[in-house]
Order: sequence, then structure tokens, then C-alpha cells
Amino acid sequence: MALLECRDVTLAYEGHTVVENLSFCLEEGDYLCIVGENGSGKSTLIRTLLHLKKPSAGQILYGQGLQHKSIGYLPQQSAVPQDFPATVEEIVRSACLSRSGWRPFYTKEEKRQAEDNMRKTGVSHLAKRCCRELSGGQQQRVLLARALGAATKLLLLDEPVAGLDPQAGEGLYGLIEKLNRREKMTVIMVTHDVAAAVKYASHILHLAHRPLFFGTAAGYQQSDTGKSFMRWTKGEG
Amino acid sequence: MMAALTSMLSQYFQYPFVRYAFAVGILIALCSSLLGVTLVLKRFSFIGDGLSHVAFGALAVATVVNVQNDTLVVFPITVASAILLLRAGQNAKVKGDAAIAMVSVASLALGYLLLHLFSASSNISGDVCGTLFGATAILTLSAADVWLCFAMSLAVIVLFVCFYHKIFAVTFDETFARAIGVNVGGYNIFIATVIAVVIVLAMKLVGSLLISALVIFPALSAMRLYKSFRSVILFSACFSVCAAAIGMTVAILAGTPVGATIVTVDLLLFAICFALGGLRPHLGRA
Repeated sequence: MALLECRDVTLAYEGHTVVENLSFCLEEGDYLCIVGENGSGKSTLIRTLLHLKKPSAGQILYGQGLQHKSIGYLPQQSAVPQDFPATVEEIVRSACLSRSGWRPFYTKEEKRQAEDNMRKTGVSHLAKRCCRELSGGQQQRVLLARALGAATKLLLLDEPVAGLDPQAGEGLYGLIEKLNRREKMTVIMVTHDVAAAVKYASHILHLAHRPLFFGTAAGYQQSDTGKSFMRWTKGEG
Repeated sequence: MMAALTSMLSQYFQYPFVRYAFAVGILIALCSSLLGVTLVLKRFSFIGDGLSHVAFGALAVATVVNVQNDTLVVFPITVASAILLLRAGQNAKVKGDAAIAMVSVASLALGYLLLHLFSASSNISGDVCGTLFGATAILTLSAADVWLCFAMSLAVIVLFVCFYHKIFAVTFDETFARAIGVNVGGYNIFIATVIAVVIVLAMKLVGSLLISALVIFPALSAMRLYKSFRSVILFSACFSVCAAAIGMTVAILAGTPVGATIVTVDLLLFAICFALGGLRPHLGRA
């Protein structure tokens, strides 16, 4: 069975349908980019995969022992409060709560894991620094380390490079690619950046209230949907 | 001069009600500062004010219907309002700050009206002033009041320590916390309940109009100087305890109103912390 499967899913807000007829299937180690215009239902799909919202029809199946609470989630950068007094270490460790139950403290093993995750995203040297003193790119790396703390197999990234300068964005893409290749982490990423999507992803899902395309990145570049969307975004940029 | 003051203090401390007031005041200051950091960061600084007005209204009801132990009336009403207000922040017809303002003025007005219409007391303005500014309540505590206060403060502190990491996660990023399976709704209700408990306790110390000061000054001062969540919590607890101790000592010696004196000390200490934070932006450590 696949790691994640959506069967004929419909998503709605207060009776207003946002996405319909959505079916796709994800295997372990895939790198899926979800593209589409604003308001096409990308963020709603993310919220549904995280179990923050129920699909109004259809089924979402998790396989291979994946649980919704062991999905590592990286929110949009603007979601994080900018004046919050918290060190990098405190933030990264908070991901352990997915497993700690009623226990009021972190175990040595959990602290070691948090250190590992900080090393993987290159923020170990910032461990004692306050998150509000860091650059946008560094903050995203910190949140990515936190996401890794909760993730066993799947990372869910919502516009990870939005608001970053191109260099920091490129660095973050490189890091995500490394996690996908070396750590065999399955990745689902919502993005506006079609050029990066076809460069890094193995699969593309193009949403416009219904799936316009689902398949490999190479197939997307050959498809009419892909060609016209890439031409359109290039013209816009 | 110093010796005279010390002997005056030790004379006052021979009275049990002064010792009670001191102990209770410090415990309340400690509890309110712990919760204050979360409230300020969740943009709920004003909830203390709103809830204390609700508690005032509830106290008026208790006085009018002549309940022996008014805490039994005040607690449930305040806790229910706290839960309603904190939950209303998410999806309500009237949004967060407006809801707080509405509930707050409504209960203040209704409370005063009830007292005016039905109270048997001959000195209504005195009673109301006492409830609003905590004039004498703290000095008239019975031993039972003190034990109740002590037990509740201890419960607040123990619960806070046990759920410290969850409170951090829920305060920092609710969406992520919910995504990894933390019961965010449950913790919000828990936080609301604890706030209500603290407010009802704090009413005795500073009165309902001044409670916000105990909630926000320690948190704001700590956030000005420190950069990790843990040190902010620890510093605001120390700050609050010091301010309460200094304020109560000054109030006893100078005969000033307890609540207003504590709040003034809070304000002065806050000004010092603010200046320190501005002078040396790198003073703060993790």
C-alpha cells in the first residue's frame, strides 16, 4: 500500500466546495509539489492532510504505519510570531510533544534527537539564540528542524521559501532535496514557484479547484497544463 | 531611621492578619506572573481586566442574594466567562477584543446596579470602592481564606510546571501543536480556567480594576531583558514576587492603599527594566 492515498476527495468550507474529485497516490521517497493559483485549494488540502479539517467526501488513507501526527509540518513563515522570546533549542524540542503524552519533561533521547535535527538543517550553532534575532532563512531552517522532530516519514511544507531572498530560498530548496535523497524523507510541498517545482520535485499536482494534472515532473513539463502555466508565471514574473 | 522602620515592621508582623496578607499577596503575585507571559504572547493582555469585571459582577450577585461564602458564586461564573472569552477568540460573531470589552463593561454596570438596588449595606460606595481597588480585603482574610488561597496557588504552580512544555507549544504555534496531536482546545480551556482562578484570588489583593497590572508588567519587563521562554517565565516570577513584597511593605509602613502601591512598584520596576533593555540591547542572555 502507498504511503498516502487520496480517493475521490472533496474539500469544502461551510458548504462551499474548494476542491473536488481529487485522487492521487504517494509512495515513500516521493517529492510532490502542489502548484496552482491563489485560492485554488492548496492550503485547504494541507490542512486536511494534517487532520486539522475533515474532507467532506472521499477518503484519505495513510499506509506503512504513517500517522497524521507524525507528519512534519513547516508552516508559512508569516505564521510564526516575530516578537516571541524563545530559543532555537526550545522551539526544536517542542516537536517531541507528539510522543511525550502526559510526561512533563523531555527525555535525554528526545534532547539528543533535537540536536540531530538542528545539525541536519545547519542551525546547531544558533541553539541558544532567540528566534526573533535570526534572518528569515535561518528561521525557516529552525522550523524545518522542528518539523523533522515530529516527522517519521513525511514532511509537509507550506510555501517554505515565500518571503525569503533568492539565495536563502535556494539554500532551503537544497536542504529539502538533501533530506529527500539522503534521509528518504517523503516531501509534499505547496509552492508558487513552478520553476523550482519542476527542478526538484519527482511529482507535480496542479490544482484549480480540481486536479488539472497529477504525474511526474517530466510529464508535467510536456503537458499542456504545465506548458501554459509555466509560460503564464514566467510572463507574470 | 532604618532601625525605627525595622522595629515598626516587626511590630506589624506580630499580627497574624499582616502575616496572612503578606503570604497570600506573594503567592498571588507569583501565580499571576506565570500566566501573564502566555496571556501577553497570545495577545490576551486585556482578558485579566475583563474577567476581573465579571468577578466584580458575580460578587455583587453574591452580596445581593446574601451567600455566606461568596467565592462559591464568583468562581464558577468567572471560570465560565474565561472559557467563553478565550474560545470566542477563534470563531465568534463578536471578535476577541470587542467581546472582552463588552462582557467587561456589562458586568461592571450590572454589578453596580444590583448593589445599588438591593444591597442592605449602608455604605455602598465604600463597598464598591473596596472591591474595585482592593482597599482592605487583604487585611481581613481569615485563616480559612489563607489556606484556600495557598492550596489554589500551589495547584496553579504545580499544574503550570507539569504542563510547561505544552503551554509553550500552544502559545508559540497553535497550528503546529494541533498538527502533532496536542489537544490545543483542551489546553486553551485549561489556561482559561487557571486565569480565572488567579483573577478571583488576585481580586483580594489589588481589587478588580488593578489586576491587569499583575498580569502584564512582569511579563513585559521579562520580555524586554530575556530571550528564552524559560528565563522570561523565571524572571517575571521573581519580578512579580519582589514588586508585591516591596509594595506591601511600603503600604504597611506608609499606610497607603495596598493594591495601588503594589501596582506603582510594578510600574517603577518596569520602567527600570525597560531602560536597561534599551541601554544594553545585548544584555539579555538565553
